[in-house]
Amino acid sequence: MTDTISLPNSLRSQPDASGHFGAFGGRYVAETLMPLILELEKVYREARQDPAFDAEFTQLLRSYVGRPNPLYYAGRLTEALRAGAEPGKGAKIYLKREELNHTGAHKINNCIGQALLARRMGKRKVIAETGAGQHGVATATVAALFGMECKIFMGAKDVERQKPNVFRMKLLGAEVIPVVSGSQTLKDAMNDALRHWVSNVHDTFYIIGTAAGPHPYPELVRDFQSIIGKEAREQILEIEGRLPDMLIAPVGGGSNAIGLFHPFLDDAEVKMIGVEAAGEGLAGKHAASLAGGKSGVLHGNRTYLLQDEDGQITEAHSISAGLDYPGIGPEHSWLHEIGRVQYMPITDDEALASFQKLSALEGIIPALESAHAIASAEKVAPTLDADQILIVNLSGRGDKDIFTVASALGVEI
Amino acid sequence: MTSMTDRLSARFAACSNAGRAALITFVTAGDPTVAATPAILDALVEGGADVIELGMPFTDPMADGPAIELANLRSLGSGTKTKDIFALATAFRLRHPETPLVLMGYANPMLVRGSQWFADQCRAAGVDGVICVDVPPEEDAEIGPALRAAGIHLIRLATPTTDAARLPTVLNGASGFLYHVAVAGITGKQQAAQAAVEQAVAKLKAATNLPIAVGFGVRSAEQAAAIGRVADGVVVGSAIVDIVGSHGDAAAPFVRDFVATLRGALNANSPHFRETAA
Ligand SMILES: Cc1ncc(COP(=O)(O)O)c(C=O)c1O
Repeated sequence: MTDTISLPNSLRSQPDASGHFGAFGGRYVAETLMPLILELEKVYREARQDPAFDAEFTQLLRSYVGRPNPLYYAGRLTEALRAGAEPGKGAKIYLKREELNHTGAHKINNCIGQALLARRMGKRKVIAETGAGQHGVATATVAALFGMECKIFMGAKDVERQKPNVFRMKLLGAEVIPVVSGSQTLKDAMNDALRHWVSNVHDTFYIIGTAAGPHPYPELVRDFQSIIGKEAREQILEIEGRLPDMLIAPVGGGSNAIGLFHPFLDDAEVKMIGVEAAGEGLAGKHAASLAGGKSGVLHGNRTYLLQDEDGQITEAHSISAGLDYPGIGPEHSWLHEIGRVQYMPITDDEALASFQKLSALEGIIPALESAHAIASAEKVAPTLDADQILIVNLSGRGDKDIFTVASALGVEI
Repeated sequence: MTSMTDRLSARFAACSNAGRAALITFVTAGDPTVAATPAILDALVEGGADVIELGMPFTDPMADGPAIELANLRSLGSGTKTKDIFALATAFRLRHPETPLVLMGYANPMLVRGSQWFADQCRAAGVDGVICVDVPPEEDAEIGPALRAAGIHLIRLATPTTDAARLPTVLNGASGFLYHVAVAGITGKQQAAQAAVEQAVAKLKAATNLPIAVGFGVRSAEQAAAIGRVADGVVVGSAIVDIVGSHGDAAAPFVRDFVATLRGALNANSPHFRETAA
């Protein structure tokens, strides 16, 4: 968090002073929230100048989250893909092991950072939205750690689908509020979290779970998650003595992906792929906002959204609850438009196959979100030369998904 | 645009001359159906509404409480499209040439075809003003310039969190009237303390010549009367939307009777009314 180099013409100097990444981002919130968001920005700027803030963040990532996590060479996956590739093809695949973090995903990095900001602002209550429950569990965890009161908004359908995480959040002392409005999933949970926030601005901090929402959230979530890319950069330089040729990460709202990508954005030789959830395929129900949506305004930012011709938001679908959202963080919309990052759709079926493949080949059960990135790597690695290097963000572990996967495979457990 | 010839300014001036606050009523377009909406709008006018706020339904009405959220979903569920809303506005303008009509809603449906398209549609339909809940002054460029060029009032919101330092930002570019959101929260929930409303209105009046309308949480004739004693306009939304919610297609007469009680309460504040009644 201390080493952002402001190069002229850098791709790393976004957003601008008003929170825009090119045509995206901004602050589209009700007037009631504006003063709070302006104050959050001010407090965040001060915190970044304060070495004590960074020291505490770094210390907690080390002693509580378990960072740095390894960059692991996935030799068996690499060899399996080489076996099906032309001679001399099949890139070396490394996995960034975010799934080894406390609570099992990258989400905790951001929650620690935002809880420190909440404390700095004197707020004793935190709220969050959650889909699969990963961000909810991470938020409930930091709330316990900081002794804060915690409410988690979760679509009623997701409460039903994700019972183990609901129980975890309760064990951690959080109140889980089922959201019965709209489609009763992640976007409605976010609506209700915003409704609660606007009614409790005086004492409540909203810990947004991804690199989206009104400025400064996309920026600060990215900065907290950039620890992923900073570590990966150091680790690959140490192991291979050079930068990777390609990075691949799954994109829901986009926080793990931007966290991995951002420290490499100015290295033109490093290509990047963000993986969107194509659900049943782009012709059917999916959650690929870039491939199947267009620019619009929702949840505080201008970004690509799944919507109809009247601007009504359409329901997303993905087998992976963490990708099941009709929008995407604004920085990704910008990186897509300027062509710096390629975005690839991966279907439910492809992700399910990769979920099983990685488990069997490497002994690592990936989150369904991360399995989308593995599926993308399976397509791309065989097209690259064998001496090329590819890093995949293993954003979370798959324990939470075993019921979903079993049921998709027709297995009763 | 703040000349006295436009419908909105003319109506506030007329109410002020009559010694009472303007009654501003909100319903959601297409709730429960597009076919049922004209009769409900007529009922608002017959009951004595001065200004009509017509809600543009959105799938994700983040600033609204359950009453208006459900109205949004009822409307969309019955198939309301943006073109239907402009057709409702156009027909309303023909039936009620003098009654100001304000569209209220969220940015995405307004901006999806571009702000120029939206402003042109508003002008063609005889819409007088627009309230866009999730475009704060900081993002004015999204919608403000196109509306101003088309002669449509962009109505801004001031809230309990808008402090003195920020108020000029809100007022810069505001026109038509200033909408004071009486509670820090969503529509239809809590109700503001009268003393807080009075304080807020006094502060706003010191800062602008725009009429001040107060809304969010105003549900009864008594509340409307109390607020009407200090503000230039009183906005009632969820209480009317609830009536539409419970009576559906048959809501019009119930809406008219309820609005008439609100209007009666505001009239009773007027010195002229008291003279004639005496
Ligand atoms: C393991 C994992 N990966 C990825 C995501 C997607 O979120 P984001 O795109 O913000 O990283 C989630 C969200 O729940 C997740 O749990």
